[in-house]
Amino acid sequence: MKPAAFRYHRARDADGAVRLLAELGEEAKALAGGQSLVAMMAYRLARPRHLVDIGGLRELDRLRTDADGALRVGALTTHHTVERAPDSLLGPGFAVVRETMRWIGHLPIRTRGTAGGSLAHADATAEWCLLAVALDAELHVLGPHGTRRIAAADFFLGPYTTALEPDELLVEIVFPHPAPYAAVTEFAERRGDFALASAAVVLDRDGGTVRGGRVALGGVGPVPLRAAAAERVLADGGTFAECARAAADALPEEGRGAAYRRQLIRTLVRRACEEADAR
Amino acid sequence: MSDHPPDLPLTEPADAGTDPALERQLLVLDVNGAAHEVLCEPRRTLVDVLRHDLGLTGTHVGCEHGVCGACTVLLDGRPVRACLLFAVQAEGAAVRTVESLSDGRELSDLQQAFADHHALQCGFCTPGFLMLAEGFLAERPDAGRTEIRELVAANLCRCTGYQPIVDAIHGCATARRAVRREN
Ligand SMILES: Cc1cc2nc3c(=O)[nH]c(=O)nc-3n(C[C@H](O)[C@H](O)[C@H](O)COP(=O)(O)OP(=O)(O)OC[C@H]3O[C@@H](n4cnc5c(N)ncnc54)[C@H](O)[C@@H]3O)c2cc1C
Ligand code: FES
Ligand code: FES
Repeated sequence: MKPAAFRYHRARDADGAVRLLAELGEEAKALAGGQSLVAMMAYRLARPRHLVDIGGLRELDRLRTDADGALRVGALTTHHTVERAPDSLLGPGFAVVRETMRWIGHLPIRTRGTAGGSLAHADATAEWCLLAVALDAELHVLGPHGTRRIAAADFFLGPYTTALEPDELLVEIVFPHPAPYAAVTEFAERRGDFALASAAVVLDRDGGTVRGGRVALGGVGPVPLRAAAAERVLADGGTFAECARAAADALPEEGRGAAYRRQLIRTLVRRACEEADAR
Repeated sequence: MSDHPPDLPLTEPADAGTDPALERQLLVLDVNGAAHEVLCEPRRTLVDVLRHDLGLTGTHVGCEHGVCGACTVLLDGRPVRACLLFAVQAEGAAVRTVESLSDGRELSDLQQAFADHHALQCGFCTPGFLMLAEGFLAERPDAGRTEIRELVAANLCRCTGYQPIVDAIHGCATARRAVRREN
């Protein structure tokens, strides 16, 4: 279908975009890469009266690793820019972020779609959302009254629902801690489709010994979730297979496809553990 | 929309005179190296402008929501879905369509490779695959078969079974590498 009519506004800077969003109210939406929003508008699932195009805000298209080790990703950085980033911008501690990009859609989606757009759209199985939860990202948000920081754990409220106000822009995603022993894996029915389920594992290693780690799962709940039971197994020195079983066992046993999903998670968590450990 | 009263139009009646969202805007687009002025509503997608306003019907349109890849064009050299882009977003960027591949007399090496490998049957998907491959090979001239197989998953082809398309892109890349080594 053709999208419903709207008024187009091109933002010149982030402050201007926020002012415009505040002035136009609920009828307005920010437009970044358009890879979710334009499709939703074509289905008429979204029919905003105003679009504020932030796609030209080059100051939000940036990627760097700070002296303190944190990775900072501007909201308008495309999946493709991250996928092709050299080590000088995205150090070895964040190779997992670069490698996860290949799971997102296809090349022509990744050349347009942005990190900020993915997080703001908040699909339950979006790779950026899983990374944000697994790596404890901090989301920097600009509103009419200045900036605020939201922890990834508090950002996702439900499917397609975040802590962002309609007049707020996500401007930067900060991954505070390098994660050299980390991996993301997922399963989709076809390459490039949204995942049925996904798993991210970040291991704490001391020399060759695993001391613990973080396990996050996508596709098992309304938002990406940490798997506390699986993390306990890692902290207690359990095997990867035991960790994977704990992640699966914590999922519901009843409901459509529950057994299949548990099986999938068990396989994905074990694979992610092994890949993370093999780095 | 089964609950929609049959006597009402599916879209709200709108009048360009009273509804500001229907106002048309003047755009300047750089398509295949030439500047084009287009007067259109902001909701007009790039693929519709290319086909309807500029008469460049080489770019096809299938699903209109980003799934099939028939509408793939290059934006500043990179493959994008022209149905997931409002034309107004393409202002200031260089757009390349399948019409730019050859001068109309001789096929480009990539197009010739598609013909040689029987990489098209009905041809509906072909402009999209050509532009996908054109943008991809510019960035990844050394890509091997595995990477090319992953690439073509981006677009739908109902006829060929993909294998000949992989062969064509791989064949073109291999020939270009040989030329590069000679020079
Ligand atoms: C065929 C296809 C396959 C796909 N497969 C995947 C996949 O496997 N995994 C995946 O994760 N995604 C997938 N996507 C979606 C893609 O990753 C999108 O790029 C992403 O979801 C949205 O980013 P965007 O920049 O395009 O945002 P837009 O579509 O422009 O915006 C999306 C939403 O976020 C809001 N928004 C955008 N930027 C900001 C900001 N900075 N601050 C506040 N709000 C903002 C918009 O208002 C809108 O509501 C796919 C898309 C397609 C068409
Ligand atoms: S028409 Fe654009 S992807 Fe199908
Ligand atoms: S040749 Fe017919 S769809 Fe590809």
